[in-house]
Amino acid sequence: MLPFICRRVGYALLILLGVTFITYLLLFLLPADPARQIAGRSATPEVVAAIRAQLGLDLPFYQQYLNYLGNLLHFDLGRSYIQRTAVSELIGSRLRPSLELMAAGIGFELLIGVSLGMLAALKRDSFADKLLMAFSFVGVSAPQFIAAMLFLYFFAVQLGWFPLGGYGGASHLMLPALTLGLLGSGWYSRMVRSSMIEVLHQDFIRTARAKGLSRARVVFVHLLPNAIVPVIPMIGIDIGVFMGGLVVVESVFGWPGIGQLAWQSIQQVDIPVIVGVTTLSAVAIVLGNLLADLVIPLVDPRIDIKQH
Amino acid sequence: MKINALTLAVAATLFTTPLWADTPKSGGDVVVTYQNDVATLDPAIGYDWQNWSMIKSLFVRLMDYKPGTTELVKSLAEDYSISPDGLVYSFTLVKGVKFQNGRELVASDVKYSLERTVNPKTQSPGAGFFSSIVGYEDMTAGKSTSLDGVKVVDDQHLTITLSAPNATFLHIMAINFASVVPKEAVEQWGADFGKHPVGSGAFRLADWKLGQKLELVKNPDYFQKGLPYVDKITFEIGQDPTVALLRLNKGEVDIAGDGVPPAQFLQFKNDPASKPLLVTGNQLQTGYVTLKTTLPPFDNLKVRQAINMAISKERIVRIINGRAVPANQPLPPAMPGYDTQYKGLPYDVEGAKKLLADAGLAKGFDTELYVMNTDPQPRIAQSIQQDLAKVGIRVQIKSLAQANVIAAGSSKDQAPMVWSGGMAWIADFPDPSNFYGPILGCTGAVEGGWNWSLYCNKALDERAAKADAMARPEQQAERTEAWKKIFIDAMADAPWVPVFNEQRFTVRSKRMGGDDALYVDPVHVPVNYDYIWVK
Repeated sequence: MLPFICRRVGYALLILLGVTFITYLLLFLLPADPARQIAGRSATPEVVAAIRAQLGLDLPFYQQYLNYLGNLLHFDLGRSYIQRTAVSELIGSRLRPSLELMAAGIGFELLIGVSLGMLAALKRDSFADKLLMAFSFVGVSAPQFIAAMLFLYFFAVQLGWFPLGGYGGASHLMLPALTLGLLGSGWYSRMVRSSMIEVLHQDFIRTARAKGLSRARVVFVHLLPNAIVPVIPMIGIDIGVFMGGLVVVESVFGWPGIGQLAWQSIQQVDIPVIVGVTTLSAVAIVLGNLLADLVIPLVDPRIDIKQH
Repeated sequence: MKINALTLAVAATLFTTPLWADTPKSGGDVVVTYQNDVATLDPAIGYDWQNWSMIKSLFVRLMDYKPGTTELVKSLAEDYSISPDGLVYSFTLVKGVKFQNGRELVASDVKYSLERTVNPKTQSPGAGFFSSIVGYEDMTAGKSTSLDGVKVVDDQHLTITLSAPNATFLHIMAINFASVVPKEAVEQWGADFGKHPVGSGAFRLADWKLGQKLELVKNPDYFQKGLPYVDKITFEIGQDPTVALLRLNKGEVDIAGDGVPPAQFLQFKNDPASKPLLVTGNQLQTGYVTLKTTLPPFDNLKVRQAINMAISKERIVRIINGRAVPANQPLPPAMPGYDTQYKGLPYDVEGAKKLLADAGLAKGFDTELYVMNTDPQPRIAQSIQQDLAKVGIRVQIKSLAQANVIAAGSSKDQAPMVWSGGMAWIADFPDPSNFYGPILGCTGAVEGGWNWSLYCNKALDERAAKADAMARPEQQAERTEAWKKIFIDAMADAPWVPVFNEQRFTVRSKRMGGDDALYVDPVHVPVNYDYIWVK
């Protein structure tokens, strides 16, 4: 197992290197001049030149990139051009809310998605099945902004069950997590449904029922663990997506996550922050996939990932 | 008739109660919402509309403005005098002003703060404002680490020597970049001073959770007794403007800092329940289309005048739901030097066609219009495109990110027309010279400058320099007249099409007291936190 993990970590580092290189290169090619941005509109050419020299922006690309990589190894992601704060501090302060939202969001997605998918598979081709699939279709197609605003208006303003956004304890987390759960469950429910139907046709299920095992035992002990296998890599990808930032949901509910930071920095062309958030996203995706790959053999011991 | 004492008493109460209702009350907590992060509270660096008045409330400066107006008043400077030649300003500081860390503020702190702003290592966007102080060139070139023109006489007295008389100098002493900071706190926090500001203003920073909220609490030792009125201001960050308004109606928020989203503006303005909560104010801002005077056919005056006459400003104001006032000159109405009599070039499509024919361009020509790509700028660009099509000018719209438009704008052979919306000029301080130098003067007509029409009229530049040399108080009326004429004469060359002066809107809840002007303060942008109070 250990050589497997080491190999995977090695690949991960290569991927991250590639991501930082591409991001840095793309932003370097942008015609926007950070020195002029920092210097502001009332600056004289001397001030702009001084700032450019101080930030090392007049160095050739490879030198700037190598400096950046060197700092990265010390967890120094540079300083934001706009906020003049260390990027690591900006990201760090938003990491915990993002992780909380991610955990709760994926939790709800799974809860709703897997249960609905299971129900649809067990009642396949019935009206309930069609209804559930239609619901999942609406969920993934609905524009996030409108759905989030509707939920906020309905549950927080009209009914008053939840606070109107903001960060805090469970009551503040509920509404954004539920919104994400409802909207994203569609992916999982459809996958679970088709995966379950495939397993339902297998011989061993018929054998289990013939043996006299209860329906519940067959579903939860024999069906679900087999059907859930394709879902696990999806969770890995989802972790990456969530860490990249849920701009819309965070914006509507005022949730201080990474998405807000990413959106602001893109609008203001705050290069150090953009590169930092992109790198974080890449790390999250790589870690998520690694975790998913490590969890699969626990669910299905037949799969031997060490071969890959 | 014998007047009953009771009647007198009742009458007295009836007459004075309305007055009492307007007397500010001390105390109360206020919640303000913003969508974007607060960038920095370092006065030498902070330069956006969001943190401008926060910094003014955290730090003191030699001069300030009367709340809600553009009138200069003394602040930290208890008194000042100007030498007869206009070169030496002597300030006497108020005694007993304390920094947040307990230390008393003295004249050497003022010198330190000015030097810090000018020092290239600070990377201050406002360093250029202090160019008139003796020693500025040496500091920016790195030859010196002190501003020789600023001399500390004793703890309470300071003199500043200029290289030439400058009528805007007192405005410069009131700008955020001249705020007084304590050396030991700056050295302690270094580059993070912006997140841990230590000042001597009406408020001090009590807490800052990055990305979530900031708390400003009343400074009990503030040298202006009785101020501020509120005890605590909490800034909640990351709030969507629409949600902020919902929360304001619910009573959770007192001031919606981002105002009303454009899409909801008309509905909000016409709703009798929310109308009294909306405060409208004029900014020192003008939106304009620049015409590159060095690029044919815009080098022909007739063509520039024709474009002025072809664009319907009323229609553009309608596109932004009436949130602006059409403009006919570079200066905004609230700026001294604004010419109320000037009519400018009228909207006259036939006249424009005739001028183009006179210029030999009866068949029109092709050109490009650069615009920032966030709504509503592209829609405004489309309106301009349609207007110009009527006179035969075929405009291709180039909608780009702000930084790219700015980069192209100052280039010699790019961006023949630029719509300044979203980047439009707002005055740094309420003086007409701030509206000339960077955007119409020869110094701005360079690569990286903001004079995108590359308009350079040396005669006007000379008159501008002369007007700015009129520093004495008795010359001010003459100076305002001189500036008025400079801008009107610049309009005769039509390097721009002035389109509108955008208004600013703040939404405040019913429990907030204080004059409307405090919520759309032209200088303490956007809200003057020192003077607002809770009913």
